[in-house]
Amino acid sequence: MAEFFHRKVERNAIGFVLLIIAAASVGGIVEIAPLFTIDETVETVPDMRVYTPLELAGRNIYIREGCYACHSQMIRTLADEVDRYGPYSLAVESQYDRPMQWGSKRTGPDLARIGGKYSDVWHAMHMNNPRDVVPESNMPAYPWLARTQVDASSLSAHLTAQQALGVPYTDEMVADATRDTLGQATPDSDNAYAMAERYGEDTQISAFDGVTTSVTELDALIAYLQVLGQLTDAAYIDTAAPELPSDPAAAGAAVDQAEE
Amino acid sequence: MVAGLTRAERQSCLFLLTLVGLGALLVAVPGRWDPIGVHGLLVILLCAATAAYILPRLDLPEPVEDRSLSYYDDPIKAGIALTMIWAIFGMFVGVWVAAQLAWPALNFDMAWSSFGRLRPAHTTGVIFGFGGNALIATSFHVVQRTSRARLAGHVSPWFVIFGYNLFCIMAVTGYGMGITQSKEYAEPEWYADIWLVIVWVTYFVLFLRTLARRKEPHIYVANWYYLAFIVVVAILHIVNNLALPVSLAGAKSYTIWPGVQDAMVQWWYGHNAVAFFLTAGFLAMMYYYLPKRANRPIFSYRLSILSFWGITFFYMWAGSHHLHYTALPHWVQTLGMTFSVMLLVPSWASAGNALMTLRGAWHKVRDDATLRFMVVAAIFYGLSTFEGSFMAVRAVNSLSHYTDWTVGHVHAGALGWVALITFGSIYTLVPALWKRERMYSNGLIEVHFWLALTGTLIYVFAMWNSGIIQGLMWRTYTESDTLAYSFVDTLVAMYPYYIARTIGGLLFLIGAIVGSYNIWMTVRRGIPVQEKLGEGELAPAGAVPSPAE
Amino acid sequence: MSKVEIDPVSGEQTTGHEWNGIKELDTPVPRGILWFIVVTHLFALVWWVLMPAFPLGWTYTKGILGIDQRDTVEQVIVGNQTAREPWTSQIAALPFDQIQADEALMTHVAQSGRQLFGDNCAACHGLNGTGRSSYPDLTDGDWLWGDGSPEAIAETMRVGINARHDETRMSQMPAFGRDAMLRRPEVRQVAQYVYSLSHPEYSTADNVDTIAAGQQLFIDNCSGCHGESGTGIADIGAPNLTDAAWLYGGAIEDIIESVHGGRTGHMPTWDERLTATEIKTLALYVYALGMASP
Ligand code: HEC
Ligand code: HEC
Ligand code: HEC
Ligand code: HEM
Ligand code: HEM
Ligand SMILES: [Ca+2]
Ligand SMILES: [Ca+2]
Ligand SMILES: [Cu+2]
Repeated sequence: MAEFFHRKVERNAIGFVLLIIAAASVGGIVEIAPLFTIDETVETVPDMRVYTPLELAGRNIYIREGCYACHSQMIRTLADEVDRYGPYSLAVESQYDRPMQWGSKRTGPDLARIGGKYSDVWHAMHMNNPRDVVPESNMPAYPWLARTQVDASSLSAHLTAQQALGVPYTDEMVADATRDTLGQATPDSDNAYAMAERYGEDTQISAFDGVTTSVTELDALIAYLQVLGQLTDAAYIDTAAPELPSDPAAAGAAVDQAEE
Repeated sequence: MVAGLTRAERQSCLFLLTLVGLGALLVAVPGRWDPIGVHGLLVILLCAATAAYILPRLDLPEPVEDRSLSYYDDPIKAGIALTMIWAIFGMFVGVWVAAQLAWPALNFDMAWSSFGRLRPAHTTGVIFGFGGNALIATSFHVVQRTSRARLAGHVSPWFVIFGYNLFCIMAVTGYGMGITQSKEYAEPEWYADIWLVIVWVTYFVLFLRTLARRKEPHIYVANWYYLAFIVVVAILHIVNNLALPVSLAGAKSYTIWPGVQDAMVQWWYGHNAVAFFLTAGFLAMMYYYLPKRANRPIFSYRLSILSFWGITFFYMWAGSHHLHYTALPHWVQTLGMTFSVMLLVPSWASAGNALMTLRGAWHKVRDDATLRFMVVAAIFYGLSTFEGSFMAVRAVNSLSHYTDWTVGHVHAGALGWVALITFGSIYTLVPALWKRERMYSNGLIEVHFWLALTGTLIYVFAMWNSGIIQGLMWRTYTESDTLAYSFVDTLVAMYPYYIARTIGGLLFLIGAIVGSYNIWMTVRRGIPVQEKLGEGELAPAGAVPSPAE
Repeated sequence: MSKVEIDPVSGEQTTGHEWNGIKELDTPVPRGILWFIVVTHLFALVWWVLMPAFPLGWTYTKGILGIDQRDTVEQVIVGNQTAREPWTSQIAALPFDQIQADEALMTHVAQSGRQLFGDNCAACHGLNGTGRSSYPDLTDGDWLWGDGSPEAIAETMRVGINARHDETRMSQMPAFGRDAMLRRPEVRQVAQYVYSLSHPEYSTADNVDTIAAGQQLFIDNCSGCHGESGTGIADIGAPNLTDAAWLYGGAIEDIIESVHGGRTGHMPTWDERLTATEIKTLALYVYALGMASP
């Protein structure tokens, strides 16, 4: 029967194509569309902040250099990963990531919570030549980053594009993107105060690569690395993962909480 | 090549080249300070060079014979040559990046050759350069032979091949300049993506029009797979690559999909790039060249139907197995896992169909290295799909994900299945295409076969070892119930395997070089087929397509 | 057009079609495959019933087991936590000397400390804790801060050095040359003097004057932090300049660089990243590292 039907189908190229499209469409529609309609998919958290222009520039350098080829930014819901890297990643933490950088191979360690773990100086040394600080490393050296200036003037256009896609940048942020870029890498300057006001006092302002006279790609990349895992505290608050209770009674309570 | 075209067609070629060149100019001028400008210039130069080749040949004598009586094989020849060039390029880069992981100094501290930029050059080079050209070339061959119809166009096949390789060149040179969307297997930026859509639609229309001309009432299985490959890859490509460019004068864009939705779309794409590029397309190849070479009927038509629709339907659900235990909701992961398990049935059905087709021809497998390529490919296909379904089980994936086990699985599929079936098909196709009695040297095919098999085994075993060791080390707990190894401990344990993998890859690469030499010599020095020996087995170009006996 | 034949090898019928010489047999789908379909689909079906599986517009089927990966992992984490409890609670509660006296507890420290150190500290201090240029050797018994007791080490880890922590330890070596507090020849002189502290053979009859001038400069400018005799002050993290342990290199040129440009080491705070127990464990681990090497 089925065979008889098929003999008909395979005599008609257009019909065959339509059948292929029909058969192939179901899976994607069922799996993708509901991710936009089921509210639970992305947690709602009040303290989620956006990337500053400098951090966004750093993110683009991260993408350009293909760091995702070796580093994941996704702590899975597995105990050993939580023990090693910190609370498992929440969907909301990559809410503004276009594209996401969850990665598919860990030649190097996960970076989802690398922000704040090491000093800016360490990152500068490590990016210049990883083997200076970690002799066992097979990560490439990126010496040109410290020599290349960030194109700060173009970042306004980047924020505009992000804004168009729904990232909550204010018009002020868009307009002042260039100044904010300089400000974040020049502590104690007027620009720095202005940018901190716009993006929040927790924003890290630093001479990331150690040089305040210019804003290099290394500044941007370190600014980005230092903000990974720091955009929201949700992962530390909503899960039982961090600072676990040390007495069993409280541990039991945490389980109850988790089961709710 | 120009000789096969009429004067009007040559003019159309020039017109198209001008059009593309002008389009590139529109990109190159405003984008001059951006890498996109470099790409614009590159396209202009390539168009100009091609035009400069055609222009002096505009007035060569036109073809006199009735072209509708023969197959159009010139574009296929170009496609085969490009396939081998990309094979060597892509695999050379593969060996290079493999070596970089063992000896990181091998990038010589240059931006373009650092691991993160070179790795996509490898994946693009082998999947799209090598695999894609092989698929396009063989599809042109198979659809004509199984439809007993000439390609439906003379300019469009060239447009497809030229345009497709332009896309690959833009992709690979782009990574070197730092242009990437970071979406695995879809890294090229928005303008290259748009260009590929144009090329792909042309390809689809050409293929469909050729099928429409067919003199066989039924469409052969191989063409079902080629159709699925072309249609579904188009859908995947368009949806996954939807992006907003920052400016039309710059390469950079932001994908419209955010975070978790992007992850799902990306791996819906990524997994089905495997399914419809690396599987469906190559199954099409297998369904033609294997029975042809073995000279046996397909084992079961009904099994073909079952596995074709199974693959087309089930694969599309499986992408979320790349996102187990992540921030993707659990329910999607369940679907990814269960559909991957069900997917094993159609996968093994096609592998079994291929192997059972050899009933009564196993003695040929022993003697004929070309057939052996295809048989071993079918075995690796069965193996890697089993492994894939196994790894798609969440518990297994918790160990394998993020480790070299995935890379081992990839190359069991890529080397063992994709590359071997391609070499087997090419060795079958080349003598037919260039009207040679056989390949220049059977001995060299034998050498290639053993290099490829040894290389694959070394590669895959090294990665299984390293992947499983690293996965286990990551989750080993001490008696104190705390983690036993730091990340760097596990990295140090990888080095021996990275070296072994480099050696395995090198053997595979040498095999591909031997194969290319053999093909070159077949074209240059092969013994031409005596006119009447043609048996009509593979109706060669220029010969009147004989109705099937 | 369609001509059904019997394949001599298998005895099966062909479908009667032919494409450029290729034929197909009409072999029925083997039993095994049908069973395979049944088994895999049953498996899937069962899984869909048990686990969260299909979307329903604004929600999804939760599965009758009510399992979600987040609950599962949190239970495992708490389970591990409970398994560690017997010794971690002791580490948390006991003072350092009592822990050190307990061999069983110190085994736990050694076992868990290795990975903690490897994943958090080794990036700067090296896998063996021996440090490298600008990152101190933690095994040489020479301490910048405090007396090298586990308490002092734990405190350094908790607040960090020049770190983003309210109570952070702060220390900075001023840039005497760059900030024009000393002239170029003076920088060299004081450096030569500092060098001579750890290399007594360096001061010879030829350079007594220089060294003496350097000494005077040192007393005027440096003794406030490094002490009259240059043995350092551990309260403010000013290193001992008379021993063989150097953070930024002990050649004259390195010392000149330290004096000219100043130095500011940054050690992150681990207060929020590691638990109090982990910090204590690491402090003991680091302390033991120093003890293990001569
Ligand atoms: C060839 C693979 C590879 C590439 C490409 C790579 N890394 Fe790494 N990375 C590693 C390895 C291996 C380590 C662990 C050893 C070390 O610390 O160097 C590491 C460590 C790191 C660390 C420290 C993580 C920690 O927790 O200790 C950071 C930060 C980092 N990489 C950032 C980057 C950035 C940014 C890029 C791209 C510009 C990049 N990496 C590219 C392999 C790579
Ligand atoms: C980003 C680099 C970095 C990391 C990571 C790091 N340290 Fe440090 N650490 C330093 C630097 C730099 C100093 C010296 C600060 C100074 O110059 O005063 C230091 C100093 C110390 C000291 C004081 C040494 C003394 O002589 O008094 C101790 C103890 C210490 N670190 C322990 C640790 C431990 C334990 C860890 C891991 C949890 C760790 N460090 C991680 C950079 C680091
Ligand atoms: C304000 C306090 C202060 C003063 C004054 C001071 N130092 Fe320092 N010095 C430090 C500190 C703190 C460090 C350690 C910096 C670090 O660990 O990053 C240091 C480090 C050094 C070092 C590097 C030690 C090593 O192990 O590599 C040298 C050399 C040195 N000082 C010499 C001098 C000389 C010479 C002078 C006077 C000209 C001087 N210092 C004045 C606080 C001071
Ligand atoms: C000469 C033979 C080859 C060598 C030495 C080689 C080497 C490599 C290396 C080193 C990587 C990176 C792995 C990592 O990041 O750890 C890689 C990735 C990859 N290669 Fe190859 N390769 C070869 C041939 C091929 C072929 C023929 C194909 C496809 C037809 C292929 C497809 C891929 C894919 C898809 C990936 C990405 C895997 C992933 O992201 O998980 N490779 N290869
Ligand atoms: C039944 C068929 C298959 C299934 C169910 C399957 C399943 C999987 C799974 C579970 C992964 C690992 C995902 C992860 O943990 O990140 C994977 C990765 C991969 N597989 Fe397969 N696989 C199948 C067949 C194949 C075949 C035939 C190829 C041919 C080359 C292939 C190529 C790949 C590639 C390239 C990746 C790496 C993707 C990445 O970049 O991470 N797979 N597959
Ligand atoms: Ca990958
Ligand atoms: Ca793309
Ligand atoms: Cu997949």
